[in-house]
Amino acid sequence: MAQGWLQIAIFLAVLLALTKPVGLYMARVFTNQRVFLTPVFGPIERFTYRALRVRPGEGQDWKAYARSLLVFSLLFWVALYLILRTQGVQPFNPQGFHSAPWDVNFNTTSSFITNTNWQYYGGETTMTYFSQMAGLAVQNFVSAAVGIVVVVALIRGIAARSGRELGNFWQDLVRTLLYILLPISIVGALFLVSQGVIQNLSHYQVIHTLTGGTQVLAQGPVASQEVIKELGTNGGGFFNVNSAYPFENPSGLTNFVELLLILVIPAGLTYTYGRMVGSQRQGWAIFSAMFVLFVAGVAVVYIAEMHGSPAQHAAGLNTHAFAGSTGGNMVGKDQRFGISDSALWTAVTTVTSCGAVNAPFESLTGIGGAVPFTYLGLSEVVFGGVGAGLYSMLLYVLLAVFIGGLMVGRTPEYLGKKIGAREIKLVSLGVLFTPLTVLLSAGVASAAPIAKQSIYAGVNPTGFSETLYAYLSQANNNGSAWAGYTGFVQPHAPGNAGAYGLSFTDLLGGIVMIGARFAPILFVLAVAGALAGKKVSPAGLGTMRTDNPTFVFLLVGVVILVGALTFFPAILLGPVANGLSGRLF
Amino acid sequence: MYGGIGYLIRRDLPTALIAVVLFTVVLGLAYPLAITGIAQLVFPGQANGSKVSFDGKVVGSKLIGQEFKGRSYFHSRPSATEYSGDATFFGNAGPNSAEERDAIRARLAAYVKLEKSYDRSLTREQVPVDAVTESASGVDPQISEANARIQAHRIAAVRHLSLAKVEVLISAHTDGRSLGVLGEPGVNVLQLNIALEEAGGG
Repeated sequence: MAQGWLQIAIFLAVLLALTKPVGLYMARVFTNQRVFLTPVFGPIERFTYRALRVRPGEGQDWKAYARSLLVFSLLFWVALYLILRTQGVQPFNPQGFHSAPWDVNFNTTSSFITNTNWQYYGGETTMTYFSQMAGLAVQNFVSAAVGIVVVVALIRGIAARSGRELGNFWQDLVRTLLYILLPISIVGALFLVSQGVIQNLSHYQVIHTLTGGTQVLAQGPVASQEVIKELGTNGGGFFNVNSAYPFENPSGLTNFVELLLILVIPAGLTYTYGRMVGSQRQGWAIFSAMFVLFVAGVAVVYIAEMHGSPAQHAAGLNTHAFAGSTGGNMVGKDQRFGISDSALWTAVTTVTSCGAVNAPFESLTGIGGAVPFTYLGLSEVVFGGVGAGLYSMLLYVLLAVFIGGLMVGRTPEYLGKKIGAREIKLVSLGVLFTPLTVLLSAGVASAAPIAKQSIYAGVNPTGFSETLYAYLSQANNNGSAWAGYTGFVQPHAPGNAGAYGLSFTDLLGGIVMIGARFAPILFVLAVAGALAGKKVSPAGLGTMRTDNPTFVFLLVGVVILVGALTFFPAILLGPVANGLSGRLF
Repeated sequence: MYGGIGYLIRRDLPTALIAVVLFTVVLGLAYPLAITGIAQLVFPGQANGSKVSFDGKVVGSKLIGQEFKGRSYFHSRPSATEYSGDATFFGNAGPNSAEERDAIRARLAAYVKLEKSYDRSLTREQVPVDAVTESASGVDPQISEANARIQAHRIAAVRHLSLAKVEVLISAHTDGRSLGVLGEPGVNVLQLNIALEEAGGG
């Protein structure tokens, strides 16, 4: 047990230590300065601008920035959909896979374009290597970059001293890909291979086992996709069991590194923020609010999982730890991760919108399972998805400033800019859009008889958890699942013959993902545009400070209040009912 | 200067189209194929699945568990997929599932019944959790040290080896925590069973 806490403490310490250097580096990238990779990638960068016919440095106002972003995402949606539809004629398809049904493809396309990586398919039984590499992994890069450039635009809007320009979308995109995501991925992929993550294009291998049986081992270019899956907080597994599968995550060390990859950009961006607005304390204030909420969740899920579940106790299993045994709830956990690494993973992937899994959530204890629910209920602002987490959190910051301003009876002001009616309307829309989408879609899916066939666990709290979580996860662009819920019925057999999609579930989910990704992005860019043109007034004695513990407390309070008021009743009906009743269903 | 549908068609659309093609080629083909090439050159063993052999023949991957039946082998953990390496899925038993209770109860009884005939002092309370619960991956290559020590009595008896010898083999195939602190220690079942075969007996 002490060993588990030690591992968690080491992880937090390393994360903390990386926040400043990574944040500083990203700030240089976003302010278009030279970085140590410029000699290597500079020529490629200039070639890319010429190929794209982009004039670097040409600023865009928020509407132009948003338009470029939307056109780019729309075209990529079409491209990915076409790739997924044409599996039968693709190269790099040693297993001869055909395409999944159109409705599943619609869901998957929407899922990867929006950085969600919700998966109504099993990778190794559905996807060609071509689809994985040229389709899904490309989106792991690109959708992550889109999230990052949006927060960069918002930061520029907040920091702007004059003008209405938020930067150039194409330039931000290229620099993010070239100087941040690609180099870390290259190094990370090779490290993962050295630790046992596979990277090949072979046919699945038939093994004659020690006892004379056969075992077919799925292969593929896993490491190159695994690394960006984590770094871009995407989460879509190459294999169906995601990062639980040893070929994706073979050891305690790879687990540690993959978790760091997930959090390093979201944490670093808070430092980048402080740098770009000219006050590191502002960045650390936001980091602190996130960190507090994160550590609390890690502790709850770890302590909960150290105890077994009601089903295990009823079966007479001794769930205490003793010499040579981890004890605790080991259902759905692999031995090399045990309780602590599985618990830490659960918290990390649900505070961020990563959605990668090394232990299925449906097998968590009731209280342990309430943690992923809570984080998603807080709209992924605790570190959150790359870029998306910070821009959502900044909306909450503006909301907290507004509420604080009302409390002390002054015009709310953030970093010298007055928060007016237009801004606060846009902020409220941005904050409320995702929770509203969740409640509406989960409500519809719970009520519609046609959606029942998607539920695995039946009509009970676990089944309700599956439904609610499915739409929480898709609307928050997380992608993890209360795993039984499905939109793709596939016999448990190799190959995807005979599989069919559940149109209602696939389409509803796809629409939810697209809506809850791009609508908030538009609100955020509109807020950025509105703030960019504002005059800065010097801070006076009466100005509410936004870089001290009082403000951090207020911010955490606002985040919890909005999330709790929205989702508490629903979460009670699912995991908490399981955790408190102890009844078996 | 940026306004209007004309700008969209003249500037954004062509740029986006080129970007889609360029990024797909660079990030979707050049990057993974380059990584594959380097991996195959520098880490061919790992890149192709960390295979292990017995008697000159590949019998599996040290990272992917296998199902072992019969009294002369160490047994792996229960699996939702019967150790499938090409169609993986989670067990998905909820914490309050009656089905799960029944499954664990049955596995617990079977485990105690099998091992108790070789170690009279074994009680239900001594059975470690990993021995009767389904793993996440369905192909967990490891079992806990406690689980291996209980099974050692059976292996020693069936293979006519001394208990001490079996325990030495267990220690030799126990993977410690990464860097001494990360993860949990576990005993690699396939490698241990290969070592048993090499040690003879049974």
